[in-house]
Amino acid sequence: MGTHSSSHASIVRPSIAAVEAAWSDLRALVGAEHMRTSMLEDTVDDVLPQMFIEPGNPEEVAGALKIATGAGLQVIPRGGATQMGWGNPPRSGDLILSTRRLNRVVEHAWGDMTATVEAGCTFQQLQQTLAEHGQRLALDPLWPDQATIGGILATNESGPLRVRFGGLRDLIIGITLALPDGTLAKSGGKVVKNVAGYDLPKLVTGSLGTLGIITQAIFRLHPIPRESRTLSFSNTDSGTMNAVVLAIQDCNMVPTGVQVRAGSSSTPEIDLRFEGTAAGCEAQIEQTLRIASGARRIESPADVWNARSTLWSGAEPSVVCKFSLLPAELGTFLTLIRKSSEPLQLPWRLVAQAVGVGYLRLEGNDTGALLSVLQDLRKNLETRGGSLVILRCPLEIKSKMDVWGSAGDALALMRSIKAQFDPTGVLNPGRFIGGI
Amino acid sequence: MEARILGEFRAVVGKGLITEASQLHTYECDGLTNMRILPQAVLLPTSTADVQAIVRICQREKIPFVARGSGTGLSGGALPVENGVLISLARMNRILEVDLPNARVVVEPGVVNSDVTLRVASHGYFFAPDPSSQSVCTIGGNLAENSGGAHCLKYGFTTTHVLALEVVLPDGSIVHLGSRALDRPGYDLPGIFVGSEGTLGIATKVVLRIVKKPAVIQTLLAAFNSTTEAGAAVSGIIGAGMLPAAIEMMDNLAIQAAEASVHAGYPNCGGLLLVELDGPAAEVEYLMEQVGEICTQCGAWEIRVAQSDAERAVVWKGRKAAFAAVGRISPNYIVQDGVVPRTALPKILGEIERMSAAEGLRVANVFHAGDGNLHPLVLYDRRIPGQEERATELSINILRLCVKFGGSITGEHGVGAEKTTMMGEMFAEPDLETMQLVRCAFDPEHLSNPGKVFPRTRLCAERTGPYQPHPLEVAGVAQFF
Repeated sequence: MGTHSSSHASIVRPSIAAVEAAWSDLRALVGAEHMRTSMLEDTVDDVLPQMFIEPGNPEEVAGALKIATGAGLQVIPRGGATQMGWGNPPRSGDLILSTRRLNRVVEHAWGDMTATVEAGCTFQQLQQTLAEHGQRLALDPLWPDQATIGGILATNESGPLRVRFGGLRDLIIGITLALPDGTLAKSGGKVVKNVAGYDLPKLVTGSLGTLGIITQAIFRLHPIPRESRTLSFSNTDSGTMNAVVLAIQDCNMVPTGVQVRAGSSSTPEIDLRFEGTAAGCEAQIEQTLRIASGARRIESPADVWNARSTLWSGAEPSVVCKFSLLPAELGTFLTLIRKSSEPLQLPWRLVAQAVGVGYLRLEGNDTGALLSVLQDLRKNLETRGGSLVILRCPLEIKSKMDVWGSAGDALALMRSIKAQFDPTGVLNPGRFIGGI
Repeated sequence: MEARILGEFRAVVGKGLITEASQLHTYECDGLTNMRILPQAVLLPTSTADVQAIVRICQREKIPFVARGSGTGLSGGALPVENGVLISLARMNRILEVDLPNARVVVEPGVVNSDVTLRVASHGYFFAPDPSSQSVCTIGGNLAENSGGAHCLKYGFTTTHVLALEVVLPDGSIVHLGSRALDRPGYDLPGIFVGSEGTLGIATKVVLRIVKKPAVIQTLLAAFNSTTEAGAAVSGIIGAGMLPAAIEMMDNLAIQAAEASVHAGYPNCGGLLLVELDGPAAEVEYLMEQVGEICTQCGAWEIRVAQSDAERAVVWKGRKAAFAAVGRISPNYIVQDGVVPRTALPKILGEIERMSAAEGLRVANVFHAGDGNLHPLVLYDRRIPGQEERATELSINILRLCVKFGGSITGEHGVGAEKTTMMGEMFAEPDLETMQLVRCAFDPEHLSNPGKVFPRTRLCAERTGPYQPHPLEVAGVAQFF
């Protein structure tokens, strides 16, 4: 049974007979062909759950959770498995529950510009379906060919489009959730405008599968733009870079991407994207060239709007983290990274969106040095209302540093929400903030 | 209420304690005037510390409390509870901070919605949520109801523009939800708090996001013979891949009311459409031409495009005054708020017409056509016996129709006290039980605005499984609403 080495001694394990009975019930529920013993690649940090199941519909997901809860088993939900390194190591985990068989685009109501999609559908499959009617979910998550809707929601993924269309919280309008007690509950609905009842779609977005397992989500959609233009600039220093980024946002243009790329061995570069009519794009590009006259225009690298994903490859060992800050502080933050990492000779690269959300990669063999920089940066960000979350790192780092950082004075409230939804701690125990 | 407790309240708010019956009447209802309850006392705190002290007393004495802004809500969300106190946040009305480089404004809950825009307009920014009552309603009320407005089609609702909150929880503790920067790790607590209609606590400070004013705004007015033709134009516009800032529609009765009231100069037609586009000049001009063509193809016989702020104000005047204007053509009326998927609009309008004829009651229709949010106004005369009951029944049947078409019982006015019984028609029992888990985490004793939103009070201690009907229900003796 998979249990994290530093697991709490207080966890009461179910009896072998109870576990065997649960496996048998689960097999009967989903069919033997959809249940197997786990393999090494199913490991989450240092926890290898015993079993892996793939329910075929929302009722089976709820039923499986009810069986697991009844037997005292812990469940780790999984979609496309692209973000399984997220979170603190699980305190324990017995069962991986995959949503991959829930993979249908249930409805594309293109006249209403909404879509209902199952949790295990990949982002790419959804977009391809929506494109048939010239629409899209205005989001650009990492690894769209593998990442599932459920996983994207659980990790609150967002990319460059956020500057114009907001994050998932602004796009999701309905959800179906399977709770540990086997309840299947809906919240929100199929209409864009709806204030009936509590907004559970938002609560569940970014909750890392700790409250329930998403089985279905409903989104508002946007038209695929007629034209798209990208332009890039190089800057001599981070101060100029920040000034240009702020000036772009302080005028009345409507970019759908304002991105900064920087690194220990390069000067900061800015990418801008405009979408809409050709005339609108051209007029805005002209305006941009006037505003950014202090920066040098360069050719935009290929696939530049996917630059964030390149942070997941390079020299190892490495740490990839997500940071958030106030938009006006991006320049200062770049200076701080330089100051903090240079004496320790840690190479770094970052891709940040102008809304104040970015991703940073730090490389280095010295764990102590990595920890020191991470703690330095987190302290600085948190003091100013921001945050730093470690997304991928050597296990040793996780044992020495909480990946999430501070939840402030709202932690007790978050624990109380968790206790209501998952009173016995079945889902992803210990992986979320504050040990939730 | 015991003199001892009133004394404690007085020690907190001084003269901001109202117990005189004549003065209490001011607070007995909000914009939903047919539900009235006199509170035990009204308290007017001026600081977070005041609110905390009041809530602590309420918590100790188990006194339910209801927070109130300007009282413009249309669903009875700020309706007092009989054995409780009303906490008016009207005196906490300071704009605490304007941070232009980061487009953030920090306000107290009693700040009036349009005052935020007024404060930042000279720098080219605005606060996007624009309920029709924006010149009087408060930010606190907006966030309780997650208010929308005509422009939320493009800009989103209040929840889109609230980043962080300072909240006094029903147990009297102060917590900070969200952060000035995006994506604070942990659960999205501002996301669940905004729109909770005052049932999870009282916000005492709010960090808002402001938006840069678009380069150009143009509003097109088009007159059609029917709402069906106007509806076809809406489909054409959306189908062409445009996202207007607003698409509003009025039927003939609503136009007549607006004319009688504010002389907006609208053409006398069967269906009037307002389409507002904003953005870069080159784009707006190009797309507005297309919108005009689509309208003409769908049968529009008069098209005007307002370009200046003054021209736009005239075009919007009739629409914004529409609810109140109905008072000019009917002694009494009910404002309803329902939503259907946009493509179901023609069908539901046909049904409303049929139901209206069958009941012999007139229904004026004003709605946000872009997002399917209907505001049917049911006209009646209270002096005619039985007509008020029939009007209420008709307005509820319209909501039932919205649910049947896959929509919602409220798009922006909230459930409040008015529609609690409708929640069970839109959601199944497990859905409501699950929402209740949130309530139990924030307010296990149901002190904060009890009796609102949900059809019946559920005890938090009992974490139940699937719904078990009460034996009295099975026996047909009692019914839960």
